[in-house]
Amino acid sequence: MSISATPTGANTAVEETRRQTTVPTQRGGRRKPPLSENKKAERRLGWLLCAPAALVMVAVTAYPIIYSVWLSLQRYDLRFPDQREFIGLENYVTVLTNEFWWTAFGVTALITVVTVAVELVLGMGLALIMHRTLVGRGLVRTSALIPYGIVTVVAAFSWRYAWTPGTGYLADLFSDGAPLTERASSLAIIMLAEIWKTTPFMALLLMAGLALVPEDLLKAASTDGATAWQKFTKVMLPVMKPAILVALLFRTLDAFRVFDNIFVLTAGGNETSSVSMLAYNNLIRGLNLGIGSTMSVLIFITVAIIAFVFVKLFGTAAPGSDDGERR
Amino acid sequence: MAVETTTRAKLRWGLLDVLVIVFAMVPVLWIASLSFKTPATLTDGKFFPREWTLDNYKTIFDTDQFVRALINSIGIALVATLVAVVLGAMAAYAISRLDFPGKGLLVGVSLLIAMFPQVSLVSPLFEIERQLKIFDTWPGLILPYITFALPLAIYTLSAFFKQIPWDLEKAAKMDGATQAQAFRRVIAPLAAPGLFTTAILVFIFCWNDFLFAISLTSTERSRTVPAALSFFTGASQFEDPTGAICAAAVVITVPIILFVLFFQRRIVSGLTSGAVKG
Repeated sequence: MSISATPTGANTAVEETRRQTTVPTQRGGRRKPPLSENKKAERRLGWLLCAPAALVMVAVTAYPIIYSVWLSLQRYDLRFPDQREFIGLENYVTVLTNEFWWTAFGVTALITVVTVAVELVLGMGLALIMHRTLVGRGLVRTSALIPYGIVTVVAAFSWRYAWTPGTGYLADLFSDGAPLTERASSLAIIMLAEIWKTTPFMALLLMAGLALVPEDLLKAASTDGATAWQKFTKVMLPVMKPAILVALLFRTLDAFRVFDNIFVLTAGGNETSSVSMLAYNNLIRGLNLGIGSTMSVLIFITVAIIAFVFVKLFGTAAPGSDDGERR
Repeated sequence: MAVETTTRAKLRWGLLDVLVIVFAMVPVLWIASLSFKTPATLTDGKFFPREWTLDNYKTIFDTDQFVRALINSIGIALVATLVAVVLGAMAAYAISRLDFPGKGLLVGVSLLIAMFPQVSLVSPLFEIERQLKIFDTWPGLILPYITFALPLAIYTLSAFFKQIPWDLEKAAKMDGATQAQAFRRVIAPLAAPGLFTTAILVFIFCWNDFLFAISLTSTERSRTVPAALSFFTGASQFEDPTGAICAAAVVITVPIILFVLFFQRRIVSGLTSGAVKG
């Protein structure tokens, strides 16, 4: 992933067409001003077209995150605005020595690891079904899109009522009733709800990778007597590797943000809060902007670390790292 | 024998299909079923209603709370979608076709935003929006929605734009059209399906949001349905809101189901970026 601007190489295609039309001219050559004008116009148009999107994105994320760092260095509780003062890293010490934070961090990590792992397996299965099924392909794809499209809160309510004793069709599965009042079963249900909702998205990303697997290669493998499993591991997986990594990255970072399902299913009760849930509670319910912002910054740093590790794994396969080459 | 194996294979795939469909549909059918149950049978634990009623729907459409939230949801999602797709299309065109310094930076920034933990923005936006007096207003939600929809729009649209036969653009330019004219007259019509698909994806994203909706609103003025659902109390304070919540949930699920039914192919191609080969 190239964050710095590297116009050379990034636009091989465009560069090439230009070279064809401007063979005699050197870069910025003065002998043929019309072409240089053209290039200038192209640059100007490029900037002009990107400026609004770039401005909005930077204004709504970069500035607030910096502001958030500033807020995190202050004692700032909206219930006691008079006590607002600069306290350096004290909030960070408070949060990082707080057991609620680490419990929430553990819960978030657990949910992230388990759901992404299960989704990878289920998503691969679903992708294979959607890609290769002989019957009802449209129907399968349509129904798989429903969990993806449905409002998370709606799905969460459906799961909540399903497990509510007396009301729900699933509540009797546990003999002692009320599974949403126990920590372990609550976490299991939260993960189930997450997996149901996002497996189709994972499957769609993986399907994009499946589409890249050349049919000839599979046929050749069959002719050579490869079993289905061998075809999967030796032919499909290597070709799909970039797609798998992209899917894993997006889902991991998305899973780490888990909030909606927890809010509706348990409201963070019985130590089922995620870090997002905890930050929200400190901020909107507790009105403690200092502590809330500190958590925000810590979550941001964690996500940045996860992203960095993945990008290291990606190498050049990072999405959008090189846009000109794949024409 | 060949016929027999294909029949058997079809049967096997058919079974798998059914499994997927059941997996996907059960939670949706369940909440729909709850929304049609009468208060007396609501807690019978049966999957399908024994007595059907439309009262829950009447209740929610009689309350300002829900109707107002529905209007907010539709309005905010539509405005955010429109702006995000227009800005995204401009940027995606530049990224896929033009050469200018800073392009890599823009792609990098949008990738970062796609992975951004939204909760990190809740506290500063809460404070900034209060100072700017846009807290609890439509623009207060539209702005973050546009921001987080833009990476999605830029990526999907760049993928679509790359599959457009660009020789046509060259031909138009040879005929004397400027870069801007080539965009408007030749490329925009070809890009329309991609724009439409992107609009659906962005709309679903905005329609879905919950975190910003509960953090950056405080009254019915701008609260969207997902946020309103979590504050639902039914017609009177003492009534069990389950039926009403389910009915409201079904109402906001209907547009999603319609999108998925009519535009399955487009949505799949948009998400897998494997759109129609040009």
